[in-house]
Amino acid sequence: MAGIVSYGVYIPIYRLSGESLNQVWGGATKGEKAIANVDEDSLTMGVEAARDCLKGIEKTSVDAVYFASTTPPYKEKQSASIMAAALDLREDIITADFTDSLRSGTIALKMALDAVKAGSAKKVLVVASDCRIPPPNSDFEPLLGDGAAAFLIGGDGAAVEVEGSYYLTSEFLDVWRLEYDKITRTWEDRFIREEGYVPYFQRAVSNLLKSHNLSPKDFAKAALYAADARTHRDMARRLGLDAKTQVQDPLFGKVGNTGTAFAPMTLVGALEEAKPGDRILLANYGDGADAHVLRVTEEIEKLKDSKSLTRNLESKLMLDNYGKYIKFRELMEFEHTPIIEPRTALPELWRHRKLYYRFHGVKCKKCGRVQVPVPKFCIYCQAEAEFLEEVPLSDKKGTLVTFSMDERAWVADPPNVLAAVALEGGGRFFSQMTDRDVNSLKVGMPMELTFRRIRDALGVHNYFWKCRPARV
Amino acid sequence: MRESIKDKVAIVGMGCTQFGERWDADVEDLIKEASLEALEDARVEIKDIQAGWVGTGRGSQLVATGPTSAIIASSALQTQNIPFTRVENLCASGQEAIRAAAFGVASKCYDLVLAIGVEKLKDTGFGGLGEQYPGKWEPLYGAFGTPPGRFAMAATAYFAKYGLSQEEGKRVLAEISVKSHYYGARNPKSHLKREITVEDAVNAPMIAWPLGLYDCCGVTDGASAAVIVPAEEAKNYRHDYVTIKGFAIATGTGWGKENEGYDFTYSAETEAGARMAYAEAGIKDPRKELDMVELHDCFSIAELFNTESLFLCEHGKFREEFTEKRAYYHDGEMPVNISGGLKSFGHPIGASGGREIYEIYKQIQGKAEEPSRQIKNVQLGLAHNQGGHPGRFVPGIAIIGAP
Repeated sequence: MAGIVSYGVYIPIYRLSGESLNQVWGGATKGEKAIANVDEDSLTMGVEAARDCLKGIEKTSVDAVYFASTTPPYKEKQSASIMAAALDLREDIITADFTDSLRSGTIALKMALDAVKAGSAKKVLVVASDCRIPPPNSDFEPLLGDGAAAFLIGGDGAAVEVEGSYYLTSEFLDVWRLEYDKITRTWEDRFIREEGYVPYFQRAVSNLLKSHNLSPKDFAKAALYAADARTHRDMARRLGLDAKTQVQDPLFGKVGNTGTAFAPMTLVGALEEAKPGDRILLANYGDGADAHVLRVTEEIEKLKDSKSLTRNLESKLMLDNYGKYIKFRELMEFEHTPIIEPRTALPELWRHRKLYYRFHGVKCKKCGRVQVPVPKFCIYCQAEAEFLEEVPLSDKKGTLVTFSMDERAWVADPPNVLAAVALEGGGRFFSQMTDRDVNSLKVGMPMELTFRRIRDALGVHNYFWKCRPARV
Repeated sequence: MRESIKDKVAIVGMGCTQFGERWDADVEDLIKEASLEALEDARVEIKDIQAGWVGTGRGSQLVATGPTSAIIASSALQTQNIPFTRVENLCASGQEAIRAAAFGVASKCYDLVLAIGVEKLKDTGFGGLGEQYPGKWEPLYGAFGTPPGRFAMAATAYFAKYGLSQEEGKRVLAEISVKSHYYGARNPKSHLKREITVEDAVNAPMIAWPLGLYDCCGVTDGASAAVIVPAEEAKNYRHDYVTIKGFAIATGTGWGKENEGYDFTYSAETEAGARMAYAEAGIKDPRKELDMVELHDCFSIAELFNTESLFLCEHGKFREEFTEKRAYYHDGEMPVNISGGLKSFGHPIGASGGREIYEIYKQIQGKAEEPSRQIKNVQLGLAHNQGGHPGRFVPGIAIIGAP
């Protein structure tokens, strides 16, 4: 039966505390929420979750990438294609963006399952990621967080079989953004709850259970979408689920409502604790609702080690203050600089796309040394380019050779940390360091690579790899 | 190398502007100021110049440099359709102009040429040099670094390799800057004239960790110029001329940052250039034979590792030689940067190479403006002018001396 072969998750390292919101706006918000770094967006977070999902999986086996997000970086230009390159997947695959609905993730899931069942694809990668910006000083602001989840859907060896699904669509308007809106719009929450969320969500779940002759007590865990913690508790009660044992923690006050990624991330949380034979209820909401019966198989044992959600939750840095968040999301007009505007050269990006997106270096067949970026001759033995064999490097771990922290560089989040990283198996990457605690950097510390948005120029989002201190 | 340049060409006149934030001067004013001093020093006139070279670093990337061909020089001096050429090799552009001019004379094509170095940095509206590669590295590659960010990596690496704690390392660097400010305060043409203490330097605001404000040279406007003639004709201009003993430009491979063999604690390019220049000048033991060195201290850490890379001390032994034996002061065994260095002069890119040679030229003539800065009996000096950053250097080395 078709199902989930592997899963992955990503929570950005930064957290914004409720306290820092209270300091600016007043109020009594507790807890914290996850905030994408200044060099992250839904695409880069999605790449992280996908890399986590594809650990130990042969990359050439992926036949399609479905990227679900309401915040794709481009309005015209597919994100899934960039993601496929960053993941170093084959080019003869299908890529698609599923967008505009908070349910895009579970809709993409259905499309993936159908493709696998129909035999048009053996493995489909479904990635859900969102980086939505709430209106400052709104009820939404403490709620929305950033994050991503990924599932590899396949036929054989599924760790989680999807026994059945039920989908409802609705033109109901509750949360939206117009074409040029940066922040979300919404209506009175009581109206949304009573006319939209509660009836559609309940209908989807009850119809699903009816058609499968199941009752709420048949589920070990339920991964449920809800706009906020109170609505979530209320829905669990309405569905007849035991709050203590059956409801997967939706991570309000820790991560926040991650939009398209919310239900998928909650499902990952449930799967990390799941045992073979467990039945899991997944239900999502937005432009209607959908609900799914999932059955955990013996294969889940092979995925047990990852515990990515737990690790991502523990590995965090607190944002110093709200001002930093404002800067990260460009929510104020800042001082104009007299410095020359950077420019992107698309031909340069295209010529070296295997470097910028796939992070391929070369290995010299004469002297065996690994080099990145790709030189015109071997930098060690000056062998001709024909002896330089392409090698993928993005999965390499490394150690910090030396670094500096530049307080005066024109970056949004100084200091700009420059780093030389020795990659395992050879090669040295001179790079910008991200997700760093500036007080704990040391020569020799373990590093890893991460796909990030470098700097926009001429209206182009530039993506490339950076290093970061190894998380966990 | 077919033949050494040793004693083939002579410098008979030099000029150097007041360095500083020259709100009063544009790039042509600076060229004119340095050139007229040099021509007057050689007792010649603009019409006597047969060819010229002008070194300037920033090219068209900053509007402040103005037009970047050699027309900035021919226009400023109103030379009438003689050959004038712009040369550029990053921060070594100044010495490149002198080198090109010297080769012009050595080729026997010209009898009298002018080499100019100039930079107008203070019309940009910001401190520092800005980012240099708006097309390729930045914003695509992301690891864009300001010069302090790049040189600070050498400091981190040096401290780690030689077991200096952050405090110890910062202190050694601070003492270098204290020395530079001390001599700069005694040099009328320097930009920064205030003496500082080790505490000032150690506690200064951070620019690029671990480098603080006083570890970095100033951002400055300035120009320098030299009149160069065949050595055999030099005595027709003055008795106390100097001759070129050796020249080297070691243009690196540019891949040190990515090369696992490079550890960021030295300049492989300066070592290669020093070997070339010493061979050309016939120098076996530089520390014994050289009377003074002006080296490229855009940052305190650059003075530290360049002192080692010029073979003036063993790798890792700088602290011992400097703070314990006090070798690099004006009355020490091997005076280094007694002008006050880039630290107190600032670094108008193209101007620094000629400005270093100007100091050696004046010291050989016994004309350091402040007697307290005069080194006794200078016969032979080395000027080191370095472009690039750790892992990607292009250093120029010139050895000049009394004939």
